[in-house]
Amino acid sequence: MSRRRLPRWPVWLAMVAAAALMSLPLPDSLNAVRPAWATLAVIYWVMMWPGRFGIVTAWLIGLLLDVLQGATLGQHALALTVVAYITLRFHLQIRIFPLWQLTVTVFALLFLEAFILFWIDGVAGNPPVGLARWTQVVTGAVLWPPVMAIMDRLRERLERRDTTFA
Amino acid sequence: MALGTPENDQRGFRDPGYGLRLIVVCVLSIALMIADSRVSLMQDIRRVLAASAYPLQVMIDAPAAFGRWLGDSAATRSQLMAENELLQKTRLEQSARLQRLAALEAENARLRALLDSTAKVGDRVLIAEIMSVDMNPFRHRVVLNKGSRDGAFVGQALIDADGVVGQLTRDQVFSAEAILVTDIDHAVPVEILRTRQRTIAVGTGQLDRLSLPFLPRNTDIQTDDLLVTSGLGGTFPAGYPVAMVSEVAAESGAEFLRVNAMPAAQLTRIREVLLIFPGAQEGDDADKLLADNLAAAAEGQQLDTGPAAVPIGQAATPSAPTTQTESAIETSGPSDPEPSATGDAQ
Repeated sequence: MSRRRLPRWPVWLAMVAAAALMSLPLPDSLNAVRPAWATLAVIYWVMMWPGRFGIVTAWLIGLLLDVLQGATLGQHALALTVVAYITLRFHLQIRIFPLWQLTVTVFALLFLEAFILFWIDGVAGNPPVGLARWTQVVTGAVLWPPVMAIMDRLRERLERRDTTFA
Repeated sequence: MALGTPENDQRGFRDPGYGLRLIVVCVLSIALMIADSRVSLMQDIRRVLAASAYPLQVMIDAPAAFGRWLGDSAATRSQLMAENELLQKTRLEQSARLQRLAALEAENARLRALLDSTAKVGDRVLIAEIMSVDMNPFRHRVVLNKGSRDGAFVGQALIDADGVVGQLTRDQVFSAEAILVTDIDHAVPVEILRTRQRTIAVGTGQLDRLSLPFLPRNTDIQTDDLLVTSGLGGTFPAGYPVAMVSEVAAESGAEFLRVNAMPAAQLTRIREVLLIFPGAQEGDDADKLLADNLAAAAEGQQLDTGPAAVPIGQAATPSAPTTQTESAIETSGPSDPEPSATGDAQ
């Protein structure tokens, strides 16, 4: 019963904000290193609160990304869903990983996502986007520790608010 | 349990629920992708989705918009005066050029009337602003703050003060997505202004470069040749500048020339673009503006009306002799039987 009382909307807000952050205009030099914030957020919340956020959450956020970025509808949705599924399956293991192992795992997940996007682009006949798609994966993994620290704060606050939570 | 583990976790990772959900959602995504590229009904669904995401786009645009507003508000009096002076100067220069344009336009209309083809005057335009929202960081796509609500439609051409910018790819209700001419997925039919040779300018994925890959080695083309839209294909109206040739290279062994061109539009720093409604002839801002300028510029000339009236007025004058000759033939036509009739009578 206790998990019903935890407010979910701040988490949704964080995920939508992460998706919006990916559309924020940046100078050209920073474009190639812009990480997939939304994927990082989805990985974190699916790993920490599975059962509340799962495959459907990832799909909806992916759909939002598709609309915001003008991609083929379903492209990001599919990629994020697969990432969420793998996170969900192994969340008990990766949750107790030390930070460096977790970062490596996140790198692998981001790489998988980028590969699925790349693959769908190829099948759909969209022109390739070049090297930037892969540099994004590296910056995403590098930024995982700070993102995780911020999200941990948010999660601890939410869990503390709910006194019956244990 | 301190991490908020739900009951599901006790069953470990052999939970069939996840797998089922994954398959359902994957199938749904793939169906969406296929439908998005094939079925026209999806465009309406997409439009609704995009319209509901519009508030988010406004929020993304907000910091940049605030910055612009702040910059405008903080402009000092001397800056404004300098800008005003510059604008006055350009206006004077342009109205001087417009005087010549008025005469040329009149002449053009006269010649066209002689050829019996319809004169095409100014296109109707709508000013739209580019929102500070990056669609896909790897592609040259932009979001405009005008949508189907304002009459924008898919395939509509976009220009700025210097040349062609791109075309609309999706008209959403409040906003629209556009592709720039430099996108790797875009091509525009052009002609070399000097020689009138037609070809195609293809985007390269770099904002300062277009490529002309289909020119044979013996083509007459030089650097600084201006490329204008040819009007073929019907998307871009004819005669708008697209790019200036920046590099021509004939590589030995290659069948075609390697030609690069610099886009005429200021693609790196445009804020406002004009959406063109082709074919419309009157009742719009641009034509009124042009009409005002012409009226001011063409004092002394007999063009006291706007340019919309110019081809009609000019068409009337030269066509007068033709109708006279036609009527002369017509009158001589029926007058022919008269002698024959008289001949018969004789």
